[in-house]
Amino acid sequence: MKRLIPLVLCFIFGIVMIATQFSPHPISKRVYEEVVNGALIISPFALVLATVTLIQTHATRILRRSDHWQYSFVVFAGLITMVVIGVPFGPKNTVFEWLYNNVQVPMDATMFSLLAFFIASAAYRAFRARTTEATLLLVTALIVMLGNVPVGNLVWNKLMSWTPWVDQASAAREWILYNPNLSARRGIILGVSLGVISQSVRIILGIERSYLGGGD
Amino acid sequence: MKQKKIVLWIMVCMVMFISGTIAFSQEPAPIPPSEPEEAEVPPSVDPDVPSNVTAKDTPNDDGTSITVTWDIPPEDSGVVGYKILRNTNGGDFEEIGEQLTPLDTYDKREKINKYKDSKIVKDTSHAYIVRAIGANTTAESQQTAAVMAKAQWFHTGEIPLFISMLIFCAAIVGNVYYAKGGKDIFVRRIPGLEAVDEAIGRATEMGRSILYSTGLGGVSDVATIASMTILGQVARRTADYETPLRVPCKDPIVMNVLREMVKSSYLDEGRPDIYNEDNIFFITESQFAYAAGVDGIMLREKPAAIFLQGTFYAESLILAETGNSIGAIQIAGTDSEHQLPFFIAACDYTLIGEELYAASTYLSREPMLLGSLRGQDLGKLLIFVTMIAGVVLELIGINWITTLLQRVS
Amino acid sequence: MLTKLVSMDRRIVFILVALAVIIPMLVNVNLPVSTSAPTQKLYDFVEALPKGSTIMLAFDYGPSSFPELSPMAKALLKQCFDKDIGVVALTLVDDGTTLASTLIEEVAAEKNAENGEDFVFLGFRPGITQVILGMGTEIKSVFDTDYYGKKLDEIPMMENITNYDQIDLLVDLASSNTTEAWIIYANVQYNLKIAAGVTGVMVSQMFPYLQTGQLNGLMSGILGAAEYENLVEVQDKGMQYINVNSFVHILIVLLVIIGNIAYFTQRKREE
Repeated sequence: MKRLIPLVLCFIFGIVMIATQFSPHPISKRVYEEVVNGALIISPFALVLATVTLIQTHATRILRRSDHWQYSFVVFAGLITMVVIGVPFGPKNTVFEWLYNNVQVPMDATMFSLLAFFIASAAYRAFRARTTEATLLLVTALIVMLGNVPVGNLVWNKLMSWTPWVDQASAAREWILYNPNLSARRGIILGVSLGVISQSVRIILGIERSYLGGGD
Repeated sequence: MKQKKIVLWIMVCMVMFISGTIAFSQEPAPIPPSEPEEAEVPPSVDPDVPSNVTAKDTPNDDGTSITVTWDIPPEDSGVVGYKILRNTNGGDFEEIGEQLTPLDTYDKREKINKYKDSKIVKDTSHAYIVRAIGANTTAESQQTAAVMAKAQWFHTGEIPLFISMLIFCAAIVGNVYYAKGGKDIFVRRIPGLEAVDEAIGRATEMGRSILYSTGLGGVSDVATIASMTILGQVARRTADYETPLRVPCKDPIVMNVLREMVKSSYLDEGRPDIYNEDNIFFITESQFAYAAGVDGIMLREKPAAIFLQGTFYAESLILAETGNSIGAIQIAGTDSEHQLPFFIAACDYTLIGEELYAASTYLSREPMLLGSLRGQDLGKLLIFVTMIAGVVLELIGINWITTLLQRVS
Repeated sequence: MLTKLVSMDRRIVFILVALAVIIPMLVNVNLPVSTSAPTQKLYDFVEALPKGSTIMLAFDYGPSSFPELSPMAKALLKQCFDKDIGVVALTLVDDGTTLASTLIEEVAAEKNAENGEDFVFLGFRPGITQVILGMGTEIKSVFDTDYYGKKLDEIPMMENITNYDQIDLLVDLASSNTTEAWIIYANVQYNLKIAAGVTGVMVSQMFPYLQTGQLNGLMSGILGAAEYENLVEVQDKGMQYINVNSFVHILIVLLVIIGNIAYFTQRKREE
């Protein structure tokens, strides 16, 4: 019984949501919107759940003095500061804005910019002409990189001065992105889309039940 | 062997040279067809009266519009624009909307003039007059019959899509029954999944933990659901080997499902005693803070095996490179095709796109799931056949498949 | 030595990247920027809009992508204000509101644009699909007030704007998959014309839509920002960052070449 009710609900909502895609009727549109809104209502509850779990995890860590427990105080400090300032005064409050602009913005941007360092180290390791395929990948990557930036065009022109392809770094990059890249991507997208449909059918029909938390 | 390689290389270089030359000699980017140029109109000619003016309820809509159509006038008709007049319940005619140019009303597909009135009064009948505007004078059409807008229950334009969906679902369900009958179904080898045991074994030998991330997706993402199933299978093996399994989460709902999932895997293996709920924990909902959190765990705890399975965005390489730097064996899998290059560069094994969805089937070998996988392949075969047939027919000048597909989209 | 070079310590790579970022920032180098076709297309589209048109600008990015996407937003806003094109701005990302409002106010002050007359900032509402679909019927049904709490009915610029029918173009500045959502829900269902400005890592993801014509132009990462600044003739962060970007690209190309030379030399010696 514990499993039957969610399975039946899943089947009904699955079929109804598919049906709404084929019907332009206002009632069908309304049903679609209401179901999607319903899903949206769940998110505030999830937020409460998230906060409780976060507090629980870090409180336990401090109480048990587990490894690196001191960092959990930083979590609490951040949480309390933002709640105390944000909840009563709102996001347009100057202190909140200051904290946002001077703490969150630089930290987030820093994490994202780590990508530049990691791309460099990954590229250094991965782009080796070990096989024919790897060589093709390497050459393609070099062309795209040269086409990406203005200085690449200068380098390209020096290298290509003996061919009819002078001034074509950017065109070469676009040709690669539009043709081989797009064909491969479309192939993957087709496979993924069919996989999604197949997985959805399995879920709606109750063949795949992992989302209910495992077991049979 | 070496000669063969040289010949292959020469061929590759020649193909690249020729295709490159052809490609660069053309426009680099295919630009979609532009709108037709506005026709020049000879001045001071009385405009022709719009002919064949009809008003109909717009098909396949939610009953909020009426479509007026009329013929395209000859080139020398002197029409520079149109105005639409409408009445309600047989009352007086009033102008609605702005003045339209012939370009606004021209329907490329049906080669007719068309105006969709989306501001109708509900449950009321409307009649229309089209006024053609010339350089100095105007000419009005006869009024149309009064029509009322109606909502439709089924979008007839989507019949091909509906039929394809039914065929695809039938293929899956049919194959599930086929598999249930005990028939043996072949599944090709997926190296990334063969390596799951190796990774867990290595972590056990080294006495280190295993880190599993389901990525940034929510519980409604198919990739997350696929990832959950893989985690279930991984948890069964870690329960067997008593290897610690750490699962940092970005979504609290996903976290709760994962706790249930791992718990039941441990129960199934008869080891509920070593299940620790605290090992599946929430970090944050912020993308890069999550990446920072997981990176921190990697550097501090140095897990021997890392699984990155699910939906990932720009943090994919940040996670995978950090994992690589600590020497962990990494198995990634995602349907976010734009992140695949990063995973392929930094991980030992990568499940590409749909391989992620097939993973649960592959690992569990459950006949019903295997059957659905076979059905999915039949669907793919159907797409292949349609694509090849479409290209061949298009080459010999028959284009109904292309037209049909354009309609559907 | 050779083995060390083949498996170079990643910290050396990191230091080299850091130097390639810092040096061009200190030394003012100006490299010529040409314009790629997708950026030019967006610029031409906006340029061709008559005075009094309206574009919608979605600030769908958080702090992490701020350095990459904000130069695009600035250049585009300047072009719109110069040409008297109205801007309806909004965000589908919860942490994008503060960034967006600060940026708009800054450009508006520089160009003497009036809030409510030349631009409106609607702020944020949760639920990407619901917001996009809802505005297709009526913008007011999703945003009853603007970010500053003023009722939409009381804003002069919104008098003649009900839904997407009165919007000439939507430009989505995105760091995640919002552009796809705009295409699926606003372009396919409501025929809204869409262009985008995205982060460098997402560029290849956008090409299918560019090829089908569902995107009316695309600014690709910091290169796109620099190209757009060049087109609207403003010298700002985009131009500065593209120089940094150039140096890092060249560094990576050199590293890959060195890595390969070392790898092949080592292999030959082993043979």
